[in-house]
Amino acid sequence: MTQPVSPPRDSTDKVPAPGPAPAWRTVLFRADVRTLSLLGVLAALVLIGGITRPDEFLDTRNLQLVLTQASVIGVVTVGMTFVITSGGIDLSVGAIVALSSVWATTVATQEFGFAGILFTAVLVGVGCGLVNGVLIAYGGMVPFIATLAMLASARGLALQITDGRTQVVTIDGVLDLGERDAYVLGVPPLVLVFAAVTVIGWLVLNRTTFGRRTVAVGGNAEAARLAGIDVRRQRLYLYLLSGLCCGIAAFLLIVLAGSGQNTNGNLYELDAIAAAIIGGTLLTGGRGTIVGSVLGVLIFTTITNIFALNNLQSDVQQIAKGAIIVAAVLVQRRTASTT
Amino acid sequence: MPEPTPRTSRRGLLFGAAAVSAGVLVTGCTSNEPSDAEPTADDRSAADDKPGKPVTIGFAGPQADHGWLNAINDNAEKRAKTYSDVTMEVTEGSNDTAQQIGQIETLINKKVDVLVVLPADGKALTQVGLKAMRAGIPVVNLDRIFNSPQAYRCWIGGDNYGMGLNAGHYIGEKLKNTPDARVIELAGLDNLELTKQRTQGFDDALKNYPNIKKVARQAADFTVESGQAKMAQLLQAQSKFDALWNHDDDQGVGALRAIEQAGRDDFLMVGGAGALSAFQAIKADDGVLKATVLYPPSMAASAIDLARALGQGKGVGGLAEFEIPTSLTCYSAVVDKENVDQYMSTGFK
Repeated sequence: MTQPVSPPRDSTDKVPAPGPAPAWRTVLFRADVRTLSLLGVLAALVLIGGITRPDEFLDTRNLQLVLTQASVIGVVTVGMTFVITSGGIDLSVGAIVALSSVWATTVATQEFGFAGILFTAVLVGVGCGLVNGVLIAYGGMVPFIATLAMLASARGLALQITDGRTQVVTIDGVLDLGERDAYVLGVPPLVLVFAAVTVIGWLVLNRTTFGRRTVAVGGNAEAARLAGIDVRRQRLYLYLLSGLCCGIAAFLLIVLAGSGQNTNGNLYELDAIAAAIIGGTLLTGGRGTIVGSVLGVLIFTTITNIFALNNLQSDVQQIAKGAIIVAAVLVQRRTASTT
Repeated sequence: MPEPTPRTSRRGLLFGAAAVSAGVLVTGCTSNEPSDAEPTADDRSAADDKPGKPVTIGFAGPQADHGWLNAINDNAEKRAKTYSDVTMEVTEGSNDTAQQIGQIETLINKKVDVLVVLPADGKALTQVGLKAMRAGIPVVNLDRIFNSPQAYRCWIGGDNYGMGLNAGHYIGEKLKNTPDARVIELAGLDNLELTKQRTQGFDDALKNYPNIKKVARQAADFTVESGQAKMAQLLQAQSKFDALWNHDDDQGVGALRAIEQAGRDDFLMVGGAGALSAFQAIKADDGVLKATVLYPPSMAASAIDLARALGQGKGVGGLAEFEIPTSLTCYSAVVDKENVDQYMSTGFK
């Protein structure tokens, strides 16, 4: 369906490679095979959904539903992809989404209306990202530990703010964004935001020096430093970026669920990491693909959707989800190594 | 395999047994001996509102990260304050088993008179319950039950099976004249036994109504977010159904949001637990939510009553027993528009 396009779809070089080389071509081709295999998995899922529940699955409303459900975790995954590409990890994304969503829905924040909620959600996300970034880049902490600490504290603070209560949003402007009337030419606003974040993320990772630096830091931080890249500052920016994505995701979640709750974003970190890895981003850093990550998210959301439409229960869903992760990665390995 | 037992002989046996029992019963009735069941409560006073012997109650609960648990803590603390003779030692709530064990051991060492424990995990905390009982401190086990009856003096809790049963009967009565009625279920966290019990009760109740069929069930995880996500999928999967039972009002906030977003209003919804927002929606009667089945947090207040009675060595008012019962299961009442005002004050946020 999608032809291999001439510009590189994703950054795949370990260190910024100057000039086109034969090696560059093979790497590029490999990335496309990877993406194609993901599209194959997605196509197979669509086929399964279409056969098992044709009326409910192959339906505009269902497409809108799947994309809407994918948008919150999708935005988080874009940020996570940058962090993983740089050789880091952000375990605090779920907790940041929770904290942003409850901070933005307190009675005090809601007094400032739509803008207050949006501003607070984004600002809290960026703030948490800043703390992560400073601890990791300048405090010399391992990303795993620093973001684990953030996970614990942000969840704790979210609980303290809500006191375990569900904070219902009463601002019509926010709630209306989730209604059918707000759809733009049949596209839900949440999906538009997801699409915008994806496109911007792809451009930044593949078309800017910021993206090149990210890949370079992940491929070999020492080499990147010797090449004149301010590795520390780059890391700080990356965790800020992840925090920003969490803030945006928190706002989308507020619109979707019409409320803020300290249990929001439960295990997002695992979903986002899984989607990024399935997509073809290397956990060890140095290679990242936004398109792959987004396909990973869509695969997971479609699986959940097909299971729910077929009325399969949680136990079966979890077993199958695990099996599909293994299968998807194996298929990818196979196709990537045979080229 | 057909049953080989000859029918006549079994019937004969039944008649025989019935005749003998009837005989015994009739004989019993003719007796003029004073019955053992004469009022005896006078011998020993029941706990009442009048101040009595001072009691220190140690209260240990899980972290209140959910509206219902929050209400449990509130109910316990408010009830304790209404008694001038009760002092309450409350631990900081924790979901960590090791930490909760530590907290309860501290209460044991402080020699509180009675313990009220809502364990984060009933099975895991059985040992510390036993320890308290051995130290001579009676334990009131709240809701999540210990593994061994030796670990508590009295258990009081909710009725998950009854919740499902009452929800099923309520929906059954509403739909009994609808031919080929379709019902769906939005369950809670499937990892928990209580979710299985609720579903079992619901299914058992629906068996009484042959015209009703449960066509779909999905499990959310008690959060608003999961309620929205799973309900959206259920609505897409079932283009037409007549009733929905949602296990939990907290996730119901999300479920209602999904229903609103899908623009659906052609069915009846019953909630679970008894959140204030659900009561308000039922009272307003402007949406699909028509009723909710209680899992009453007031059981925590009753647990304090029981603990006080235990500490003062009294029975429960209104019952003939010398001692307070070993086990008390709270009724899962159905709250709908008719009786919602009565329950409004018990709704939790």
